[in-house]
Amino acid sequence: MNSRQVEIWVGIFVAAGAAALFMLAMKVSNLSTYSNDEGYLVTAKFEDASGLKVRSPVAMAGVRLGRVVDIKFDNETLEAVVTMSIEGQYDTLPKDTSASIYTAGLLGEKYIGLEPGGDDKSLKHGDRIKLTQGSMVLEKLIGQFVSKFMTEGDGDKGDKGDKK
Amino acid sequence: MGDWFQILGQKGLGVFERLGRGCILFYNILAGLHTLIPRPGLVIQQVYSVGVLSLVIIVVSGLFVGMVLGLQGYNTLVDFGAEESLGIVVALSLVRELGPVVTALLFAGRAGSALTAEIGLMKATEQLSAMEMMAIDPVRRVMAPRFVAGFIAMPLLAAIFSAVGVIGGYFVAVDLVGVDEGAFWSQMQDAVDLHDDIYNGVIKSLVFGVVVTWIAIFEGSDAIPTSEGVSRATTRTVVHSALAVLGLDFVLTALMFGEI
Amino acid sequence: MDNNNDIVVKVRNLSFSRGNRMIFDDIDLDIKRGSVTGIMGPSGTGKTTLLRLIGGQLKPHAGNVYVDGQDVKNLNHSRLYQLRKRMGMLFQNGALLTDINVYDNVAFPIREHTDLPESIIRDLVLMKLEAVGLRGARQLMPSELSGGMARRVALARAIALDPMMIMYDEPFTGQDPISMGVLVRLIRLLNDALGLTSIIVSHDIQETLSIADDVYLLSGGKVVGHGTTDELNNSKSEWAQQFLKGLPDGPVPFHYKAPDYAEDLLTGTDGRQDRRR
Repeated sequence: MNSRQVEIWVGIFVAAGAAALFMLAMKVSNLSTYSNDEGYLVTAKFEDASGLKVRSPVAMAGVRLGRVVDIKFDNETLEAVVTMSIEGQYDTLPKDTSASIYTAGLLGEKYIGLEPGGDDKSLKHGDRIKLTQGSMVLEKLIGQFVSKFMTEGDGDKGDKGDKK
Repeated sequence: MGDWFQILGQKGLGVFERLGRGCILFYNILAGLHTLIPRPGLVIQQVYSVGVLSLVIIVVSGLFVGMVLGLQGYNTLVDFGAEESLGIVVALSLVRELGPVVTALLFAGRAGSALTAEIGLMKATEQLSAMEMMAIDPVRRVMAPRFVAGFIAMPLLAAIFSAVGVIGGYFVAVDLVGVDEGAFWSQMQDAVDLHDDIYNGVIKSLVFGVVVTWIAIFEGSDAIPTSEGVSRATTRTVVHSALAVLGLDFVLTALMFGEI
Repeated sequence: MDNNNDIVVKVRNLSFSRGNRMIFDDIDLDIKRGSVTGIMGPSGTGKTTLLRLIGGQLKPHAGNVYVDGQDVKNLNHSRLYQLRKRMGMLFQNGALLTDINVYDNVAFPIREHTDLPESIIRDLVLMKLEAVGLRGARQLMPSELSGGMARRVALARAIALDPMMIMYDEPFTGQDPISMGVLVRLIRLLNDALGLTSIIVSHDIQETLSIADDVYLLSGGKVVGHGTTDELNNSKSEWAQQFLKGLPDGPVPFHYKAPDYAEDLLTGTDGRQDRRR
């Protein structure tokens, strides 16, 4: 095998490897949904941001508009401060848009769902979403459910009065 | 009883001795890398040897591993009604773990043992010594190109393994067990992150490439220059590489994916 | 008369041991420029080790080895390699690179150390191969060569860079009479034609003595004889006589150290009392 053939094969090999990496990046990963060229930053404060992660999706009407870029804690209001980056093309979101943390599917990951308000002014870079709803933690839900159950049924259901 | 203790102590010291020699060799290789810049031909020849010639086993293994993942994943997920997530199972298993690790193990068996045998044989037939006496440093001329080649080839092979595996999983999932094609890809794309998963997988395979190639070259250069010595060195390469890869995989996984 | 320029390799007070075995015990050697010097002794006296010490592959535990005026053990990596360019070495089995053919083997040091264009390299390689009589074998692979031919190719490779000295490690061992004759003639011829200094390490007495100008006899880590062929043949040393004449018994005993014969037979190998009698 002369050196020219060797070089050709090595070239093919490296090209195949690069193609594999490319394929992995494009078809397998979320790169195609990753075009984060000019996003503008918007913050929101949540009572409870459990389960939300950096890079969690931000969507409205089921369409992903952006991603969470930062989650911090506010020492004064004792709330979670979430910063999200919304893609530049979506610049008509009303100023009174509300943000809630939902779960994708039954046991899936958390994401921020935005609901439009009625304001004709739009959200801009640095604005803060005022209406928020924290994520629903399973235990709290069950607790709420159980206590609701208990207060509705009185008397004969008294022995279930003990808290879990 | 004291005898046994002494033997243990000697073996222990022997281990440290070899580790020390290995580190010195590693340093010498790194120190000599700059001499390869004007001579890419040496590296290219070795990339052919360790990379191109490993393609067949990597592609075939990747295909089968991907297909098995598809089958086994389906068997388990179908009980939860979650078979649409099969794409996620196949892709994440491959990209994060099986791609880098299995490729490294196969590489150690095929290319690593070949490197050890080659260098060990050169030592046994005094070719390395002859080179020294011709004022050609065998570390720079023989070992460094092979080291660089391993470093280059490993991540490429791991990527090919993972890509072929995903394709294999796709065929099993969509054509064999009837998972919806759109769900397969879209769920996968949502779950596999470029930074967390793919980059980390590449980093793993780079680390494995360095370690496996280093072990292979060291065992060859440290072999006892007889036919038995070379054969034992070859075995040691495969065993030590396997242990190192699996151990490092745990450490790297804990570092990379631990916080999630 | 004995100024530094006349002596290419000067060994002074050299001591070297391997494990508990003392290979060299405070020995002195002088290798004169332009001469063929033989270093002889029984197997295992460390003759190959001496070549490695001269070439800097091993460091002496005491004493010095000076090659062309430089103390080998004090040279740093690059100086040592510079010195080695001027030394050629012929290994016992040739040590050719097995994956390239004869031509490329001889061209190897030239390509590694010089930037000469391929056309000039071709001329050089062919000249070296012609000198050893193997110009027609240039396309063969080392595995296709006989032992003697492999050594000749290795010799061509050793003179590729026109060194100032060549060291031969047991060049005559295991050769048939014809190859032996060829090698003997080549070594002497090249030495004189190219102005080399040759050091031959061997235990083949006849061949070595036939071409050596100066001979050292080593045994038990010491120099037990030194001189020209004639001087040694007439030497009074019992040891030298045993070695040169190939006598089975003498200062180097026939029997390995063992207890008394009769006792050994009667008491069994591990000293147990045998109750058969």
